[in-house]
Amino acid sequence: MDIQPYLLLSAITFVIGVVGVLARRNAIIVFMSIELMLNSVNLSLVAFSAFLGDVTGQMLVFFVMTVAAAEAAVGLAIIIALFRNKQTVNIDDINILKW
Amino acid sequence: MDLYIIVFYLFALITLASAAIVVISKNIVYSAFALLFTFFGVAGLYVLLMADFIAVTQLLIYVGGILVLLLFGVMLTTKVIRVDMRTATVRTFPAVVIVAALAGTLIGIFWSTDWPQSPASDGFERTIPQIGEMLLTSYLLPFEIASVVLLVALIGAAMIARRERKAL
Repeated sequence: MDIQPYLLLSAITFVIGVVGVLARRNAIIVFMSIELMLNSVNLSLVAFSAFLGDVTGQMLVFFVMTVAAAEAAVGLAIIIALFRNKQTVNIDDINILKW
Repeated sequence: MDLYIIVFYLFALITLASAAIVVISKNIVYSAFALLFTFFGVAGLYVLLMADFIAVTQLLIYVGGILVLLLFGVMLTTKVIRVDMRTATVRTFPAVVIVAALAGTLIGIFWSTDWPQSPASDGFERTIPQIGEMLLTSYLLPFEIASVVLLVALIGAAMIARRERKAL
């Protein structure tokens, strides 16, 4: 088994995440799509780590997961605060910073 | 066919199908639960890649932490109004262009580059001792910074999400 299937899977998952960010207007779906993209990058990092015989890739995944957890906590807090103020999570309606 | 390859394609199928459901589904709760299967599929792929520690961490952090947090977010923001998911029809064309360009670039590069073609020395024996040693030697500073980031995120999330108290 070579590394290409893993990388292609990672690329496709990443692209699905990008579709979610671009096409969906619900902030929580956008959030989930970002998690998808983080996961796909993690997958390719672990694949490289396994195929190069170097644990460093897994270290990076560990730190990415840490940042993802922090991002999830803060992001959801922001979404909840937005929902409390505007009664919506549709990102087209949250435009008070738009000029 | 090799059992390894069958299992790989099984997990890949689970990952891709549920990732597609996350993005496509009209119901946000279905999306959240599809994300669960994506995380499980990716964890299975980590096991296939001999990354046992990362697989367990994936289950603990993503399934146990982030997904539960997301479900809380879903529950807290869909109670008052039914959040209807209208998919974007306005900016479909730019989105398609961007996605096609990105997909072409990524897949083209991944396909054409000459990667190492076989797992180095049948994977790792155990990754946990190596990861632990690296965390406390060459990656000590990022490790400590990560802990500070988590603390700050914890305090920040609690600050942002709590209800405004009346000014004294």
